[in-house]
Amino acid sequence: MSRSFRIGLFGASAAALAALMLWSVAGLPAFGQYHHEYGRILNASAPSERHVTNVVAAVVFDYRGFDTLGEEFILFAAVMGIALLLREVNERRPQPRDDVGSDALRLLGVGFAAGLLVLGLYVVAHGYLTPGGGFQGGVVVASAFLLLYLAAGYRAFHALTPRSGVDFAGSTGAGGYAVIGIVSMLLGAAFLHNFGPLGTPGTLASGGSIAFLNVASALEVSAAFVLLYTEFLEELAAVRS
Amino acid sequence: MNVLVPLPVVIPLLTAAVLTATSPLLSKRADDLAGIAAAAATTVVSTLLIVDSLDHDLVYWFGGWKPRSGIARGIAFDVEPLGAALAALAGALMTASFVFAWRYFDEVGTLFHVLMLVFLAALSGFALSGDLFNMFVFFELMSVCAFALVGYAIDHPAPLQGSINFAVTNTIGALLVLFGIGLVYGRTGALNLQQIGRALEGRGHDGLLIVAFALLLAGFLVKAGAVPFHFWLSDAYAVAPIPVCVVLSGVMSDLGLHAIGRIYWPAFSGVFAAQAGSVRGVLVGFGVITAIVGGTMAFFQRDLKRLLAFVTISQVGIFLVGLGLLTAGGLAGTTLYVLASGFLKGGLFLAVGILVRRAGDGDELRLRGKGRNAPMAGVVFLLGGLGLAGLPPFGIFPGSALIIHSAREIGYGWVPTTLVIATILSAGSMLRAGARIFLGWGDADDPSLSHEPRAAEEEPSEASGRASPPLLFLPAIALVLVGLGLAFTPGLAGRASDWAGRVENRPARGAEVLRGVVPHSTRTSSFEPGATPYLYGGISTAGAFGFALFGLYRRRLPVFLRRWPSRMTARPATVLKELHSGVVGDYVAWLTFGAAALGGVLALTVR
Amino acid sequence: MSYLPYALAVWIFLCGLYGVVTSRSLVHLVVCLAVAQSSTYVLLLSVGYVNGGGAPIFADVPKGTRAVDPVVQALTLTDVVVSVTVAGLLLALTIQAKKKARTTDPDELAAMHG
Repeated sequence: MSRSFRIGLFGASAAALAALMLWSVAGLPAFGQYHHEYGRILNASAPSERHVTNVVAAVVFDYRGFDTLGEEFILFAAVMGIALLLREVNERRPQPRDDVGSDALRLLGVGFAAGLLVLGLYVVAHGYLTPGGGFQGGVVVASAFLLLYLAAGYRAFHALTPRSGVDFAGSTGAGGYAVIGIVSMLLGAAFLHNFGPLGTPGTLASGGSIAFLNVASALEVSAAFVLLYTEFLEELAAVRS
Repeated sequence: MNVLVPLPVVIPLLTAAVLTATSPLLSKRADDLAGIAAAAATTVVSTLLIVDSLDHDLVYWFGGWKPRSGIARGIAFDVEPLGAALAALAGALMTASFVFAWRYFDEVGTLFHVLMLVFLAALSGFALSGDLFNMFVFFELMSVCAFALVGYAIDHPAPLQGSINFAVTNTIGALLVLFGIGLVYGRTGALNLQQIGRALEGRGHDGLLIVAFALLLAGFLVKAGAVPFHFWLSDAYAVAPIPVCVVLSGVMSDLGLHAIGRIYWPAFSGVFAAQAGSVRGVLVGFGVITAIVGGTMAFFQRDLKRLLAFVTISQVGIFLVGLGLLTAGGLAGTTLYVLASGFLKGGLFLAVGILVRRAGDGDELRLRGKGRNAPMAGVVFLLGGLGLAGLPPFGIFPGSALIIHSAREIGYGWVPTTLVIATILSAGSMLRAGARIFLGWGDADDPSLSHEPRAAEEEPSEASGRASPPLLFLPAIALVLVGLGLAFTPGLAGRASDWAGRVENRPARGAEVLRGVVPHSTRTSSFEPGATPYLYGGISTAGAFGFALFGLYRRRLPVFLRRWPSRMTARPATVLKELHSGVVGDYVAWLTFGAAALGGVLALTVR
Repeated sequence: MSYLPYALAVWIFLCGLYGVVTSRSLVHLVVCLAVAQSSTYVLLLSVGYVNGGGAPIFADVPKGTRAVDPVVQALTLTDVVVSVTVAGLLLALTIQAKKKARTTDPDELAAMHG
């Protein structure tokens, strides 16, 4: 198929598809006129039923918590897949060099990385109170490690993220999420039914198992992203050396 | 709520997590054993779910969020025998794959087993779910695992191409599904399939619903591999490792199609009830084209895995026709056909794997006559080929009989003929390959067959000697025998029709899911195939053999018989082959065309 | 104006697809795929918007304040995770394409055809 035929085929099809899709979105309620029950019911009842103030977190970890289990494992499996795809089949990995020359960069960077780590942990911990949560905070925590790489070089990054430790953390996070669901079953309820003290809304001690699931997902997401960065940074280091 | 329902998803996921966490401590064979154990346990649980759901659906609300006043708050699994059977099929194929893969993937530690187990969890969840977005999550989970597993042999160019084409096209398919979900949610505010159906009933259909349905359909058809969304399938299935192909071909493609039934009946059958005939026409049309194109392309292949990939595409076309009839008989027949065919295709892929490991090659012409060293693989080939050809009363016969009856009842009497043609093309190509390899028949060269690069597994390596023969043969023979013997389950066809009738009965099922009203168990019907399916089955089997002989010896036909047909078919054949260019940009262009065509045809006919 | 966000979603989707079809570099292709994916975020979040509604977080506003739909936000979160993972996998494949096949032009990666 020649390129011009391909573009022609695509052009005609995209025009038709655009017409169809525009026709369909004309049938949606106008922007801002969302009037369905699902969202309104959850906004009204989640704070009292689960004592959390971040209703999105309640949806993610409780009402639709089973979707989040799948989503966690999507991240887990994808990172395992990337490790599989980037594995060196017959070559030895060359030893990466340390690139960072400036002490000032190192000092500031490490300082900021530590701060970023604390920020990430804060976002995770308060995920069901204010905007944030396991996913968001987990990404911030992993980026603290990335900042460490930028500031202190590959060897420091590598020393702080041993492969078996990161694998263990990630799988504990992912498996832990499933185990929490099983605990609900052992307590006689459905899989992922909320358990534990619901506590006082607005404090860290609230939400019952939402808090545990939050931590599990944070653990899994940060480990998965650290592993992701490790895989790609190893490639970068191999290219440079 | 039945405590077994979450297990087909939870068991493989937990095993995968535990394997990763403990991988430094594991002994050599622990991951193989854990994989086999987890897959076998999942198969057993899924089979128990079939039994438990015989009388009425098992509805499981995760998180304990039962619906109030007909509004679902949480995610539900809606387990009925047809879906649970597909989950059991996934488990069985995965168990056989793990046995076959014994000691083969040692070099990557636990990565292969972990990805396969998560894949199994995704397949099971997808087959059991009753929530539209939950289905999407499992759709993506199975995609992500499959992208990586297909690209396993990353140091060869073909797996790289296959994996990229697979990833890009399937991601776009997922986007189409997500767009459809957004539209449906905007209209109904619901994600539970039965609730969507309730929200849509009584109101007419309009542009939004037609296009939303078309987008969902297009996205799932990309996964299933229907024409013109099928191009990635032949690239990906030709390069994936054999244990992965078994599961991809045996169940993932079929689940793409099952998903269409899974969303149509609860959510859209009410809205499109008056126009069911038009929807039927569109689905059956796409199905027939897929079946014929798949079979034709299968004929042109010499690489065995790519041949089987096109056979898979052709079968998907047949399933789409059966499902597209939009009747209980069609749904039941398709599911039975899917089950039998899944086992048969799994066994055939394993037989190809045995050949590749024994003889070091996966090319039909280069393997000519060399199959004599692996007679058991030949037996599997023959049985599998006979099964796929539709030899009555084995294997696919009950499913095919139900589809034929249903088609004739609603005035689509020409459909079985096209299905026979497609079966002759695809099974005939399989039998041709088998005869050439195991019996040494046919010419040594055939320029009309597409030449492909040597696949990764064909490189001679020490791996070929590692697994002992019984571990390779037993799963292959077992799968094929189950596939053939499934037809002899007593009362299968009649009961399948009942279960399909339950799926069709949207009001009753909606009441059960949303209000917990358990229906009375229905009377069991029996199904007498009559003579016509036997006739069609006999014709397709004989035709497959004849076509195989034609494929082997057509050069030896008298020239005057060959000249006119070969001139007629040479140009179209070349064009068809060239369309499968291997370039991802072409595939995406065809995908867009397919989505636009599907949407356009539905928009014009569903008024 | 009230349908503009939805039309925008359609436009972004088709632009992303155009980029994928005409791409000459795998990295460009991955980014175009991400663009197409972001159209679904726009659609989902637009569907859930409520005029004058704030975030569905009641830490500092009283319960019962008008808020947008939290469900689509959870769906979009999942969508973003999926997007990231697919981009990661495709970029890993791109790296291998550069190393093994020495090209990142998708038009040249056609070892199998026919």
